[in-house]
Amino acid sequence: MSAVIENHHEDHHHGPAKGITRWLYTTNHKDIGTLYLWFSFAMFLIGGAMAMVIRAELFQPGMQIVEPEFYNQMITLHGLIMIFGGVMPAFVGLANWLVPMMIGAPDMALPRMNNLSFWILPFAFFILLSSLFMEGGAPNFGWTFYAPLSTTYAPPSVTFFIFSVHIMGASSIMGAINVVVTIMNMRAPGVGLMKMPLFVWSWLITAYLLIAVMPVLAGAVTMMLMDIHFGTSFFNAAGGGDPVLFQHIFWFFGHPEVYIMILPAFGIVSHIIETFSRKQLFGYSSMVWAMLSIAILSFVVWAHHMFTVGLPLAAEIFFMWATMLIAVPTGVKVFNWVATMFRGSITFETPMLFALAFVVLFTIGGLSGLMLAIVPADFQYHDTYFVVAHFHYVLVPGAIFSIMAAVYYWIPKWTGNMYDERLGKLHFWLSFTGVNVTFFPQHFIGLAGMPRRYPDYALQFADWNMVSSVGAFLFGFSQLLFLFIVLKTVMGGKKATAQVWEGAKGLEWSVASPAPYHTFSTPPKID
Amino acid sequence: MNKGSKKTLTKLIIAVPLMFAFGFALVPLYDVFCEVTGLNGKVFQSEYSESLIIDDGRSISLQFISTNNENMPWTFQPSKEVMKIETGKYHTATFFVKNTTNKKMVAQAVPSVAPSNAAAHLKKLECFCFEQQELLPGEEATLPVKLLVSNELPSNIKNIILSYTIFDITDYNDESLAHHETGME
Repeated sequence: MSAVIENHHEDHHHGPAKGITRWLYTTNHKDIGTLYLWFSFAMFLIGGAMAMVIRAELFQPGMQIVEPEFYNQMITLHGLIMIFGGVMPAFVGLANWLVPMMIGAPDMALPRMNNLSFWILPFAFFILLSSLFMEGGAPNFGWTFYAPLSTTYAPPSVTFFIFSVHIMGASSIMGAINVVVTIMNMRAPGVGLMKMPLFVWSWLITAYLLIAVMPVLAGAVTMMLMDIHFGTSFFNAAGGGDPVLFQHIFWFFGHPEVYIMILPAFGIVSHIIETFSRKQLFGYSSMVWAMLSIAILSFVVWAHHMFTVGLPLAAEIFFMWATMLIAVPTGVKVFNWVATMFRGSITFETPMLFALAFVVLFTIGGLSGLMLAIVPADFQYHDTYFVVAHFHYVLVPGAIFSIMAAVYYWIPKWTGNMYDERLGKLHFWLSFTGVNVTFFPQHFIGLAGMPRRYPDYALQFADWNMVSSVGAFLFGFSQLLFLFIVLKTVMGGKKATAQVWEGAKGLEWSVASPAPYHTFSTPPKID
Repeated sequence: MNKGSKKTLTKLIIAVPLMFAFGFALVPLYDVFCEVTGLNGKVFQSEYSESLIIDDGRSISLQFISTNNENMPWTFQPSKEVMKIETGKYHTATFFVKNTTNKKMVAQAVPSVAPSNAAAHLKKLECFCFEQQELLPGEEATLPVKLLVSNELPSNIKNIILSYTIFDITDYNDESLAHHETGME
C-alpha cells in the first residue's frame, strides 16, 4: 500500500524528542495515545472527587456538607467530566495506541490533526472547571442541560460551558475522522474488513457515530447560545419556541453518544475473553453485524429518554419496541462471549477478571434498561435513582471496567513491564465490591421512589443511601491503588515478552515489548 | 497521505457541516411534524372555510384554562370556563386580561390543546395568540378567539381543553435587547 511506502520521512531508529516538546509537538500515535490516557485518568480522578462530594452529602438525610447550589454544580460537572473527559478520551487514547498496531499501519493517517485534537482538550476542561470559580458558580443544570434550565435560568457561566462543549466536540470529531481515515486506508495488505480485529471494528463504527452526532450537539449548544445572547427563541415558549424541541435535539445526539461509550468496550472485551479462554472468538461476523445493528438502531430510539414529556401513544409504542429491539444484537454479543469461554482453558488474570465482571454487570445494566424501555413502567421509574443505577451499571462496570481491563491487558505492551498481578487482583476485587455496593442499592431506593438530582431525601431512603455512599468511598479510594499500580508498572517490573499473554493473537503482539516508537514502517506480512 | 485517504477525509469533512445543519433542520422539521400531527397542541391560523360549516353538528364541551407564566403579574382568565359548542359552527370565546402593574408591558399567549389529537380539528379563524398584547398600566382588555371544531373530530372526544399560557415578553420587544437579563437573579 502506497501510504506505507510514502511514510518514510522519519528514520526508523530515530526515537522520541526529549523534554516537554516531545509531548507538545508529537505526532506519534503512541505518544498521543499516552497523552489521551493520562488526561482521561486525571479527569476520572477529578470527576470521581466530585462523586465523592455527592455521596458524602447523601450519606445521611438532611443538608450536611455542601449547599444545594453547589451540589447541583457537582452533579452537572461529574456527569460532563466523566463522559467527555473520562470515558471518551480514554477510548480515543486506546484507539491511538492500538488501531495502527492492530492493522499494521505505521501511524494514524492524520498525525498533525491528531496532535491538535488532543491538545485542545485540556483547554476545554480548563474552561469548564474554571466556571466553578465564577460569579454565580458552575453550570448547575445537570449534564443533559435541558432548556430552559440551561438558558433562561442558567448561571452566567453557561457561556463558558457552551464554548467548552464546542471544543470537546471539535476534538472528538477530529479524533473520529482520523480513526476512519486510518482504518479505511492504511490497513496492511491482507487485512480485509472482515479480518480486522474487533476493537478496530468497534472503533470504526464508533467513529461514524461520532461524526454523525457530535455536530448535532454543537448545533444544540449553538442554539442555546443564540437564545441566551442573541434574542432567538429556539427553546423559549414565549417567543414561539419549544423546550421539548431541545430534548429531541439533545437525545438525538445523546442516545448514539451512549453507544459511543460502550461499543469500543465490546471490542476490548472480545479480545480479552478470546485471549484468556485460549480459544478463537465465537461468532466473529455476528459480532460485527451486532455492533452495526446497535449503531443503526441508536438513531431511532432517542425519545425513550422522553416518555414522560407527553408524546403521542403511537410514538411511545414505536420507541418502546425499537428500544427493546436493541436487546437482540446485544444478546447476540453476550451469547458469543459466553460461547467463547465454553470449554476454554480459562485463566483469571486481572484483565480477564475485569472483562468477566463487564459481561455480568453490563448485562444487569442492560436488563434494567429493558425495564426502563417499558413505557408504562417508565412513568414510575423516570428520574428516580433506578435510572441512576441503570446508567451507572452500564457506564462504570461497563465502559470504565473495559478501559481498566484494556489498561491491564495492553500495559505490558506499552511499557515493556508486567504489572503487579497481586495488586491488580486486589484492585479488581475492591472495585468490583465497591461498584456493586454503590449502585445495586440505588435500584431499591429508585423503585421506592427516590428522585434523582436532589441533595436531600426522605428518611425512608436513609439506610440504602448510607450503604451506597460506603460503596462509593470504597470504589473511589481503590482507584488510587489503580494509579499506584500503573505508575509502578511504568517505572519497572518483570519484563514482558513480545506476546505477553499465552493466548494473545494479533499484530500488536508481534512487535517487541515495549512497542518501539515506530512500528510497521514497512507493512507486515499477513497469511 | 495517499489518494484513498484524501478521498475519505474529504467525504468526512463534508459530513460534519451537513450534520451540523441537520441539527438546525430539526427545528423546522419538528414544527412541520407538530403541524401535520397536531401534536403539542400547536394550532395554526386557518382560513375561513365555508365547507367546514354544517348544520347537524354534534354538541361537545370546550373548556378554557388560563395560566400565567412565572413572574407574569397580569390578571388573565377566560370569561366563561366552559362552553357548550356545536361542531361545524364558528363560535367566539373571550378572555379577560388586565395589566396590574404600573408600567407598560407586552404579553404573548401560547396555546395548547388537549387531547392532542383534537388539535388538528380545531380551526382558529382569529386568536389573540396570533399577535402580541401591549397594555398600558392598569389597562384592561377582552381578547377574542374565534374558532370552529370540524365535524371530523373523532367521535370519542366529547370534551376539548384549550389552554393559554401568558408570557411577559416586554424585554424581548425592547429595542435594547442588550441588557436583557438571562442570568440568575
